[in-house]
Amino acid sequence: MAKNLTPVWNKVAKHAMLPETTHDERARYNFLSNLNKHLAHVSHGTKTAYETRVAPKFKKEHGRDIQSRAELKAAIEQDPHYQIWSSLRRSTMEMRQQAGRSLTLRQAKALRDKAAALNEGKSTLVLNPEVKVPEYLLAVDNHIMPGSYHTELLEGDVAPAANYDSGIFVTTAGLIGRYNDGGGKAITTWVRQNYPDFKPKRILDIGCGLGHNVLPIAKAYPDAEIIAIDTGAPMLRYGHARAMDLGYKNVTFMQMDAAKTIFEDESFDWIQSTMFLHETGGKSIYKIMDEVYRLLKPGGLTLHIEQPQYTDDMSEYEKFMRDWDALNNSEPYWSKMHDIDPVELMEASGFKKENFMQIGAKAENDLVEDGVNAEEPEDFGRSPIWNVFGAFKK
Amino acid sequence: MEEELDYIKLASNKSKGKRPYFHDDHAVERVLNITMAIAGELAVMRERMDSIERLLEKKGTVSREEIENFVPETPEQEEQRQSWHSEYISRVLRIVQQEQEEMENPDKSIEEIANDINEM
Repeated sequence: MAKNLTPVWNKVAKHAMLPETTHDERARYNFLSNLNKHLAHVSHGTKTAYETRVAPKFKKEHGRDIQSRAELKAAIEQDPHYQIWSSLRRSTMEMRQQAGRSLTLRQAKALRDKAAALNEGKSTLVLNPEVKVPEYLLAVDNHIMPGSYHTELLEGDVAPAANYDSGIFVTTAGLIGRYNDGGGKAITTWVRQNYPDFKPKRILDIGCGLGHNVLPIAKAYPDAEIIAIDTGAPMLRYGHARAMDLGYKNVTFMQMDAAKTIFEDESFDWIQSTMFLHETGGKSIYKIMDEVYRLLKPGGLTLHIEQPQYTDDMSEYEKFMRDWDALNNSEPYWSKMHDIDPVELMEASGFKKENFMQIGAKAENDLVEDGVNAEEPEDFGRSPIWNVFGAFKK
Repeated sequence: MEEELDYIKLASNKSKGKRPYFHDDHAVERVLNITMAIAGELAVMRERMDSIERLLEKKGTVSREEIENFVPETPEQEEQRQSWHSEYISRVLRIVQQEQEEMENPDKSIEEIANDINEM
């Protein structure tokens, strides 16, 4: 068998909200996940180009090594291999959005109606049109997803979530599982293994999107009351309908800004975010952490799954490549958040340094036989290997 | 009656922020994008042909000659074929549409937006 094959898209778990796909639409996703994987596996080429051409040329011209990310950027941008790799990667991500949107938007009304039928009369979906989409989300279309998470092309639209749900398989080349829940599963396993006596009664997931990472938590703690909040109404409508169809009864989806929720002080045992904070803003992230501290009960736990922070022992090349996706796949705050010290972020809200924890988490993937992904080359932010930081409130 | 979404045009929209170009000559990047989209569609077609050939082999009901001589038999079939072409061309020429959208609505760079967001 050939190496490095991605799973076929039709292995993605089917549920009532997943958009219908034609033969060619599935084939298009298969092509794009293969192209994505190909580019991840040839991305060592940029490192080779950097080490054998870019850095030596700079040294020859300047009589010294490259000293900053800005110098590195200016130098590597002249390299033809970097240019072709980057332009192909950007093109792949644009094609992924085009493919997802073309299949989703053609059936936007049908999807909207399906969600409305599943959501009708349910107290577990609480939308609030008064909630403003935060300015950091209005400033950019994260993941070069035109219209981002909140734009409604139709009244009651769910298309942004349907596009995200059906296409994230392509971006991650099938590494995060049939339900795209590899992150949520990994954190659930970690908490149960390390804190078997932790029995949260009330759990909050902030920036839940379509809820794919909160459902494993809901499954692991069936007696807990779980609330998942987001500002994007299309994500919540779709996420709630998806959860209904998948048989989850203990998750309430609410439209709310994580920096200013309506919940009472000390009312949650566990507050979780998964790949959310790097899509916020430089001031908002502190406000959100203040809110997390306010809402946590004494003895409560908060965890945040994120990309690794930059450390002093990380090369400028690696930092530059980690910024690549942030700037060229439009997750711009990520390029700034890398430089925040999570200890300082949490201490600023009242958490104590001695209660801080940081762990690595690897996605659990039910698309591969033993549930563990094969070793992948470093793909600077795409690999399903994350940094988790957090603290108990004591 | 609710208005229909122009999903073909909407699907190829650009995202916020000035598009990064990596080649010195933008024309190179434009042609590369068009070429990669065609590469994708060729792969899609290859997968479809693979399905057809496997099904034909399995069932043995359709001859190659019948396929060779087929033309659309109803107005509906004609429309389906033409819609396919329209969507196909929009997909392949996505970058040209997006450059036009950028001209119509000049944008900040993502680095400028990162700085803006850092103050939000």
